[in-house]
Amino acid sequence: MGNYAMIGALTVLLAFQLVGEILVQISGLPAPGPVIGMVLLLLALYWRGALPDALRTVAETLLSHLSLLFIPAGVGIIQHGARLAEEWLAIIVALALSTLITVAVTALAMQAVIRRQPGSQRDG
Amino acid sequence: MDKIGGIWVYLTASPLLWLMLTLVVYLAGQWLFRRSGGRALFNPVALAIALLAALLLLTGTPYSTYFAGAQFIHFLLGPATVALAIPLYQHRNRVRQLLLPISVGLLAGSITAILSAIGLAWLLGGSSRTLLSLAPKSVTTPVAMGIAEKIGGLPSLTAVMVILTGVVGAVAAPALLGWLRIWDEAVQGLAIGVAAHGIGTARALQISGMAGAFAGMAIGLNALLTALLAPLIVQWLHLTPNGLP
Repeated sequence: MGNYAMIGALTVLLAFQLVGEILVQISGLPAPGPVIGMVLLLLALYWRGALPDALRTVAETLLSHLSLLFIPAGVGIIQHGARLAEEWLAIIVALALSTLITVAVTALAMQAVIRRQPGSQRDG
Repeated sequence: MDKIGGIWVYLTASPLLWLMLTLVVYLAGQWLFRRSGGRALFNPVALAIALLAALLLLTGTPYSTYFAGAQFIHFLLGPATVALAIPLYQHRNRVRQLLLPISVGLLAGSITAILSAIGLAWLLGGSSRTLLSLAPKSVTTPVAMGIAEKIGGLPSLTAVMVILTGVVGAVAAPALLGWLRIWDEAVQGLAIGVAAHGIGTARALQISGMAGAFAGMAIGLNALLTALLAPLIVQWLHLTPNGLP
């Protein structure tokens, strides 16, 4: 273990992202490279049948600060002052309501199917 | 005084200052969040964005200068997305059990997100450019920008809407799910992930590892599905950047 394992784990994440990006370039898939990389890493973990400690640690560290990673794109709001000033009501209300409706519809649809599944009353 | 002014001018134009300030503001937001007993109203991302935006406007610093520093943080979105495979692998048994409910919830949520965003903004008098930029708002930033470009929206405006969507979802979704009496953490996670992508997932990870795993899975699946559905729905509505026919 030690520092090399951490660098190794980070390299694994970047390598899967790279392969994902290349596959997207070749195939013209509508998905982004990192998402393909995620699917490939999942398959690799299945195939290996075990999760290396260092990979788990690095992933948990990155994911526990996921919200930090969205700040730079969010600050881009300063580029859209004019449009936001003009259409802020339509944008904010549509965005907020649509998000809440989506949460509700997704949850209720999934819950309804779970209730119909035989022998899976294990939620709660 | 002149010397201090000179240093300030130098710093505001350098990537180092803005990279560091992004981290400082984030840490301060986290500290406030914990001090307030985890009150979701203090969403740390929203607070950080508001503070940094105000600072840039006050100092007259262009976004490109800010981003030259902040891009090092932005870059980590890629490996973090790949890392979502880990919670997914850890909860693989539950995922396999729920394959059908996941598919139905995802499809219903993805279509609802696109149609309700376009429909509500249209009802409220939004321009068609705005409607097109809003359509992929529930998808993770890089994919949403790609979709917006394809259907005739403004990618950089979409990025902002994606973040705002995430903040709304992170703040309001847990209460809404409680009100709907949804207690299954797998269902909570998927719903938050479909509607509010990575920022929602950050919140779902605070609920539990299980909720986080399902939210993370929803980011990837909803990105794929919206990339396929949004262009079809926009075509079906005859929506173009210049307006409805």
